[in-house]
Amino acid sequence: MILASIGVKTTGRRFRDAGAGFVGDRGAPVPLSSPMEPVVSLRGAVCLLGRFPALAGVDLDVSAGEIVLLQGPNGAGKTTVLRACAGLVPVVDGAATVLGVDLVADRRAVRHRVGLLGHASGLYEDLTVADNVRFWAKAGRALPADADAAMARLGLDGRLADVAVARLSAGQRRRTSLAVMVARRPELWLLDEPHAALDQDGRDLVDGLMADAVAAGATVLFASHEIDRATAVAHRTVTIAGGTATAVSA
Amino acid sequence: MTEPVATASPFGGTMLRDAALVAGKDLRLEFRSRVIINQVLPFAVLVLVLFAFALDPDRRILTQATPGLFWLAVLFSTLLALQRSFGVEAADGVTDALRLSGLDPAGIFLGKAAGIAIHLLALELVLGLGVTLFYGATPHGPALLVATCLAATAGLAAVGTLYGVLSAGMRVRDTLLPLLMLPVVAPVLIAATEAFAAAYDKASGEGWRWFGVLAVFALLYLAIGIFAFEPLLEES
Repeated sequence: MILASIGVKTTGRRFRDAGAGFVGDRGAPVPLSSPMEPVVSLRGAVCLLGRFPALAGVDLDVSAGEIVLLQGPNGAGKTTVLRACAGLVPVVDGAATVLGVDLVADRRAVRHRVGLLGHASGLYEDLTVADNVRFWAKAGRALPADADAAMARLGLDGRLADVAVARLSAGQRRRTSLAVMVARRPELWLLDEPHAALDQDGRDLVDGLMADAVAAGATVLFASHEIDRATAVAHRTVTIAGGTATAVSA
Repeated sequence: MTEPVATASPFGGTMLRDAALVAGKDLRLEFRSRVIINQVLPFAVLVLVLFAFALDPDRRILTQATPGLFWLAVLFSTLLALQRSFGVEAADGVTDALRLSGLDPAGIFLGKAAGIAIHLLALELVLGLGVTLFYGATPHGPALLVATCLAATAGLAAVGTLYGVLSAGMRVRDTLLPLLMLPVVAPVLIAATEAFAAAYDKASGEGWRWFGVLAVFALLYLAIGIFAFEPLLEES
């Protein structure tokens, strides 16, 4: 098995107080992973989808402040890596730690600290854009002002804010899902084909959001088939094939 | 962009806040879509009218059967309301979003149950007017009537929320939900019918005992839901 963490480049570690944790909106201290500890650490991680081993022993390290691109052919396991890091898919063998949380022991504990942009929108069709962003932001203990700012950042303020999601184009839905993520401000961004369905401006916006997230202290792990654009924004690329990490390039 | 704001433990002490958030979202969904008002409510009234057509030749039987017919109409409407309520949660990755949201699963359970209960109580109000209009039934124990509605609705909403989330992720959820739920809520149908019968027959004393059965049933399933909803949400 090839270790995919060779020559890890770490940038942008700008947590307010990375050593001691920082304070959540209700005043409780929130432990962060140690600055020396990778945000994502998979060692021989195995995930099953039914009986099929979607991940067959992946090794992957991602350090705080990194933007790491997962690339590989369809069915290689990129989406499963992202879902496993989000605590949605159980790691049945090997070791897996995300943000200091042992996913094998309790994968649910990491969920509220990560943001996952998957193929599905995760939005209520009958609610408006503003309803959706505000609901999910509140669920994540973000402030209403964060939701409004996120909508403005994604170009969803004004007329679009009051449009039902069911009436949006695919690109506008993608922007709404991104607005939810921006409003919630997760520590780890997990993005599955974030450029899909977006126009040129939208794609540039996604690249900017990833850069901003890292500048604010978050970490980004994303999968993309748009290699030229993705490699330009990523600090490092990890290739996944056949359910294992096969190569890493800086 | 500002720095990440992590959440303190999302569990513990936040159950009621999360319940209010989820219930508010469900009410807003209904406000936007009007599925309950435009589809479930007409269905419930239609059931009452069809019962009246079926038993019309003998008005006396219709009046006597009012409590049972009322609760059967409520039960059938509950199934539709549940399918709607959990259909929206199963669509387009919303279930995953709920799992990642940081919402307390017990709060999600209580919020979903509260949203369904509010819809059902509005439905029961209309059906109550309906049985008075169509069946000529006049209640004599309004306090027992209201208490029975509250307890029975809480029980139906709690059981429905449990089985709703269990079947939400399945392709056969629309047909599976009635099969799972109807046998379990049979005690609610029996007790609510008996309590209503007592309220309509000026025999409230007997009716309060049935209300007790409904209250215990509701409390039992609310407690089960609070503890069992998280694993059920995982499996859905």
